[in-house]
Amino acid sequence: MRVNVTVNGEDRQADHVWEGESLLYLLRERLGLPGSKNACEQGECGSCTVYLDGVPACACLVAAGQAEGREVRTVEGLADGEALDPVQESFVECGAVQCGFCTPGLLVAAHDLIERTSEPGDAEIREALAGNLCRCTGYEKILDAVRLAAARKAEVAK
Amino acid sequence: MNPARSPQTLDDTITGGIGESPLRPDGVLKVRGEFAYSSDLWHEDMLWGATLRSPHPHALITGIDTSAALAVPGVHAVLTHEDVPGENVYGLKYQDTPALAADRVRYQGEPVAILAADHPEIARQALKEIEVGYEVLEPITDPERAAHDHTLPHLHPDGNLVRYQRIVRGDPDAEAEVVVSGVYEIGMQDQAFLGPESGLAVPAEDGGVDLYLATQWLHVDQRQTAKALGLPLEKVRLTLSGVGGAFGGREDLSMQIHSCLLALRTGKPVKMVYNREESFFGHVHRHPAKMYYEHGATKDGDLVYVRARLYFDGGAYASKTPVVVGNGTTLSVGPYDVPNARIEGWGVYSNNPTCGAMRGLGAVQPTYAYESQMDKLAAALGMDPAELRIRNAMSEGSANVTGQVIDFPAPVAELVQRVRDMPLPPEHRTSPVDIRNLPGGTSNTTHGEGVVRGIGYGVTIKNISYAEGLDDYSTARVRLEVLGGEAVAMVHTAAAEVGQGLVTVQQQIARTELGVPRVTVHPADTSVGDAGSSSASRQTYVTGGAVRNACRAVAERVFARAAGRLGRSPEGMALSGGKIVASDGEVLAALADILGEDAIEETREYHHRPTHPLDPETGQGDAHVQYGFSAHRAVVDVDTELGLVKVVQLDCAQDVGKAMNPDAVVAQIQGGSAQGLGLAVMEEIQVRDGKVRNPSFTDYLIPTVLDMPPMRIDVLERADPHAPYGVRGVGEPPTISATPAIANAIRAATGLELPRVPIRPEHLTGT
Repeated sequence: MRVNVTVNGEDRQADHVWEGESLLYLLRERLGLPGSKNACEQGECGSCTVYLDGVPACACLVAAGQAEGREVRTVEGLADGEALDPVQESFVECGAVQCGFCTPGLLVAAHDLIERTSEPGDAEIREALAGNLCRCTGYEKILDAVRLAAARKAEVAK
Repeated sequence: MNPARSPQTLDDTITGGIGESPLRPDGVLKVRGEFAYSSDLWHEDMLWGATLRSPHPHALITGIDTSAALAVPGVHAVLTHEDVPGENVYGLKYQDTPALAADRVRYQGEPVAILAADHPEIARQALKEIEVGYEVLEPITDPERAAHDHTLPHLHPDGNLVRYQRIVRGDPDAEAEVVVSGVYEIGMQDQAFLGPESGLAVPAEDGGVDLYLATQWLHVDQRQTAKALGLPLEKVRLTLSGVGGAFGGREDLSMQIHSCLLALRTGKPVKMVYNREESFFGHVHRHPAKMYYEHGATKDGDLVYVRARLYFDGGAYASKTPVVVGNGTTLSVGPYDVPNARIEGWGVYSNNPTCGAMRGLGAVQPTYAYESQMDKLAAALGMDPAELRIRNAMSEGSANVTGQVIDFPAPVAELVQRVRDMPLPPEHRTSPVDIRNLPGGTSNTTHGEGVVRGIGYGVTIKNISYAEGLDDYSTARVRLEVLGGEAVAMVHTAAAEVGQGLVTVQQQIARTELGVPRVTVHPADTSVGDAGSSSASRQTYVTGGAVRNACRAVAERVFARAAGRLGRSPEGMALSGGKIVASDGEVLAALADILGEDAIEETREYHHRPTHPLDPETGQGDAHVQYGFSAHRAVVDVDTELGLVKVVQLDCAQDVGKAMNPDAVVAQIQGGSAQGLGLAVMEEIQVRDGKVRNPSFTDYLIPTVLDMPPMRIDVLERADPHAPYGVRGVGEPPTISATPAIANAIRAATGLELPRVPIRPEHLTGT
């Protein structure tokens, strides 16, 4: 089948998509966007989190066909050209990236939290990131990064 | 031909030398989603490889028919052991593992056949068409029995014992006034790195193959793969792709031989990517262990003896089992002075999943046991558990259980004091209860009633780098040249960046040694000398040493050239800020002017001090080059009605010799502690009758951000005079000491014996 989808603001099309393929496979293998990661492929680790019509979703649990006519935003679409999004900047600065395999999904989840909540408390941050596994960092620096990104965003808003 | 999305050269302009905390050179690529991990690789016209694995833990293979699979449209090749052109056997210590099973399978998930197809789904479906005849056999699953029952069938020609090691120190039959004993068990933990096993093999015009992959040690993979392929080393070239974590799980081969076999057979690039379930079968795990311990002490609390018998289940193939037995026995008494000991360790073959390297190799198991014993002893003596540890702590000048004299700082007592003296979190009863902080969290299982709090300690000693006489070394090539009018250094090693931050440290060393702001890191590959493995907490030490040596050799040549040009002696010259300076600080020349068009390149190795094998009878010997030490204090809340645990706080003090990158050191301690927490309360591959019951992230639980408590971290820097820059390996100790600290805290809270980790709700409620 053919799938039409808007990805990071661009209209994209893929042909010969097999019905069992996931949105994750579509993005990674057909549209050349490997930023979203394939760590568990059953919605447990959050490494493939993308925005689907503005709502975070595990791309591995969405059938490619379900994305027809919808809008997807991946980690590749967070930065504004060369300028990183504040949440990306904070992850780099706080050392929240080690192997980095969980990072794309965490960034989307953290980005969504900060979009929704101007000054999230620790418990809120933890709850928002609870669906994203990280095996390297122990999460402390990820928490630091989200706090910093939220503070910067709040500062800009003022 | 290079594949698209090939490994990147890291040349982000980042500043900072040794002791500072510059950012990772790959950080921006990673947050943009542009960093090429091994599962991201892509090549025009590539095929997808897949592996058929044994459903049985133990069976004879009576026949394999691949014809139906080969007939599936889109399938390009189906291969079995008969298609392995070289030796169908590999292994890190012993050559005992078939690339593809021939006449029998020894564990559930053992690779039997491989195929390549146009689409991963076609590949998966075609696997079902391969017919394998099995004669199912009774599996051997009890390691203790495997060690002693010689009537059991032999899984390998020499029997079921991989290694036995005895250590006898002082009077092995010494007696003491206060004696405590216990039997401890530890479940099978998984590395659970997030990036699954994957890689891309590209056939080359010279009949060889180029393999782009995620691994921990390129050269050891190259040697094993070339042997199976029947090719000379130079025709099997390996390049490191982005690695999504490792923790020991990438030390053994997974898809290396298979992808190359398929690429060479089909003449096309072949990509293999395991899914999570296959990953659980496709790599080795941490050895489960059963440990019998007896400690004797004076009534004042001085340790008199330790006697221990340790059984490590190695599973179907040896992998790192010999090393686990070596580390496990030599580290079995912990960071304590004990005059008398009798230790025995067995590593055995069984039909359980193969076990090998994982962070804290061989030290995790005994540390859980002896630290449990230390608390038991403290209780028997009526002593404070921290005080008992401080009283018996080893120190510089101590002789350990193998008779090795510790000739470098060993601030064990200080580490315990530091975690003991850190502030405690507020009592939950005295502050407003936020149920999100209680066991069970927002599940609303408790509002504080039935919740008890406990505090526990864990202290460990871990050997750094490879041991027992192995010549453990690394190689670095450093090039200094002028680019765009500026002197730039390039560092090239085969050392694997697996997430730990080695690429940052390599840049820091080169910037410090050569006094240039710009340093690039060349992708790691086998076109430069061996760097050894990214394991055993050894890369900053050993590859760091090699980069330092290569930089200094480059600097020597710069000074000689400058001396010639300037007509003065090279004595006292140094490099700083892109300039050559004299010992009094006078600027002699710009580095770029001295280099001109002629780059300077040097390749150097670093070998650490020699170590020695253990005496097979007494276990005495200077087996290890260096030790790392860490101490944890855990505070836990336990819901005694439902058996739920919340780790409230986890604090750590660790000696790192020299913090090359202090922020990265702290990050390693945080991450390692999380893995230790996982082993204490949730992580276990559950195996019954040799079969894995939970090969998924739904059923194998690793800590989430809700499970990890805040941590206070105290980093000591007691330089090791024998190590480059005084460094001491960092990565492993925090994983090891976190587990017993949490287990001891849960015991303190509940008063239960808890002789097994992970501690599950049923252990706490007695159901």
